[in-house]
Amino acid sequence: MKSKRSQPRGIGIWSVMPPYAWLLLFLLVPFFLVFKISLADLRFGIPPYTALTQFKDEALQLTLHVRGYALLLTDTLYLKTYLSSLKMAAVTTFWCILIGYPMAYYIARSPDSVRNVLLLAVILPFWTSLLLRVYAWVGILRADGLLNSVLLSLGVIGSPLEIYRTDWAVYIGLVYAYLPFFILPAYANLVKLDVRLLDAAYDLGAKPWRAFVSVTLPLSMPGIIAGSMLVFIPAVGEYVIPELLGGADTLMMGRIMWNEFFTNADWPIASAITVVMVMILLIPMMIFQLNQKHRYQAERVRA
Amino acid sequence: MSWFKRQAPNAPSPIGRFIALGIGFFFLYVPIATLIVFSFNSSPIMTSWSGFSLRWYVALFNDQALLNAAWLSVQVAVMTATAASILGTWAGYVLARKGNFRGFSLFVGLVSAPLVIPEVVLGISLLLLFVEMDSLFGWPGGRGMFTIWVGHTTFCMAFVTVIVQSRIRDLDLSLEEAALDLGATPLKVFFSVTLPLIAPAIIAAWLLAFTLSLDDVVIASFLSGPGATLLSPEIFARVRLGLKPEVNALATIFVVVVALVVVGLNALQRRQLKRQKSTS
Repeated sequence: MKSKRSQPRGIGIWSVMPPYAWLLLFLLVPFFLVFKISLADLRFGIPPYTALTQFKDEALQLTLHVRGYALLLTDTLYLKTYLSSLKMAAVTTFWCILIGYPMAYYIARSPDSVRNVLLLAVILPFWTSLLLRVYAWVGILRADGLLNSVLLSLGVIGSPLEIYRTDWAVYIGLVYAYLPFFILPAYANLVKLDVRLLDAAYDLGAKPWRAFVSVTLPLSMPGIIAGSMLVFIPAVGEYVIPELLGGADTLMMGRIMWNEFFTNADWPIASAITVVMVMILLIPMMIFQLNQKHRYQAERVRA
Repeated sequence: MSWFKRQAPNAPSPIGRFIALGIGFFFLYVPIATLIVFSFNSSPIMTSWSGFSLRWYVALFNDQALLNAAWLSVQVAVMTATAASILGTWAGYVLARKGNFRGFSLFVGLVSAPLVIPEVVLGISLLLLFVEMDSLFGWPGGRGMFTIWVGHTTFCMAFVTVIVQSRIRDLDLSLEEAALDLGATPLKVFFSVTLPLIAPAIIAAWLLAFTLSLDDVVIASFLSGPGATLLSPEIFARVRLGLKPEVNALATIFVVVVALVVVGLNALQRRQLKRQKSTS
């Protein structure tokens, strides 16, 4: 009897094997392959890159090509792209916090009946195609689009605004696409906040903003971090949104990598860009992972 | 009860609430609304309303290339959602109820990584895996539906895990413990106690995985071979060149179906919760 009770807690690794093995094979191993192929050289044939090791003249030869990395370091286009991607992701995250945090806050503090409906309204876009929703912005932002025709007919502007095919459109698209990814973790955190702590702050004479800054905000930090990472990290490598809404000069890593891969068929360079992208994202990813791990552990303790 | 709490001094201001939620939801829903409205517009541009018309719906259903791609996508999405639900539920259960095994940190890392990793990274890395495997073992023999299915399952699984994990965490542990005390094996407990209780969450996760798979452009582009054109890459190829009104019609159908399913599912889930509350 006793042994059975303890069974659900401590377990052997075998009982997680199927999902674990899947992730090791299809997530972890491929990363190392990207790194490997980033050190290969371009060649014609299948696969379109050279092997790193070769058995020739009775010797095992290891050839590492750093052409990709050399190019990434010397060509300022790539450097500009990295900086521009990071900037765009950071600005996107900032706006998601600015719009999303108040939403999460007020949804979390809504009465139960309304809360469920509001939450559903945030989740619903998740289930609808992101591609189609981003495409909707093309129709809104174009020179002959909805926004311009509304503003023109209201007399707010004299000539159409040029937003479509500029960085502005990319910002709008990114914030729009990633906003729910910020709201949900922020909400999940805020809804668990013990209101009695706020009551205590008020009892001690705190003004509303003071109670917010010294109680609500610090306690909701894990939610803000989780949400920000869910926005920032994928936004750095975003491809579809800058391609649909951005101009030819909108530099983003995902786009450059895509072009190297599909247009130039240069797999080693595309791999090198990917490796650098992952390196740049390593610190935010570690913050995210630590946050996740603490969450899972904290929740297990509570359970 | 919560209404009374809101009257207390800690209640958030109704004006702030109205502004924050008003702006937020306006931003989230205006694009969806314009897609729906202009799918019925007889003019192909979005500037002016030139009369109600179903011409884009007719064009959509006569577009054989798009319909073929859609059918292929639905097949991949069903297979993806099913595999991701099984693997993700498994992983979510482990995260919520177990732990403390060797390699737990790596497991958490791998399970949640696809939530944030840019899709282009997942796409190229899986492609290289399949290419290397091809040259080493002669398998999987080129790219197509199978490779896309693997790629989609890998990233959809992370979303299923999050949903299922948080649902299991909210479950009352005593139900499972009671079953164990009555002599049920852990496996039996999972299938006859835990699984029925988390079924609505799994269905929701299945649907999310289905949509994510259907929606994906990037991974499918890397992993698809000749002859396997999926819906989203096809739509993407068309709309990157400008407006395609028949896509509005497609989006409208998509949105309406999704809204009905999600709202229905939510109602079902709430009824189940209510029943649970009233019996306990």
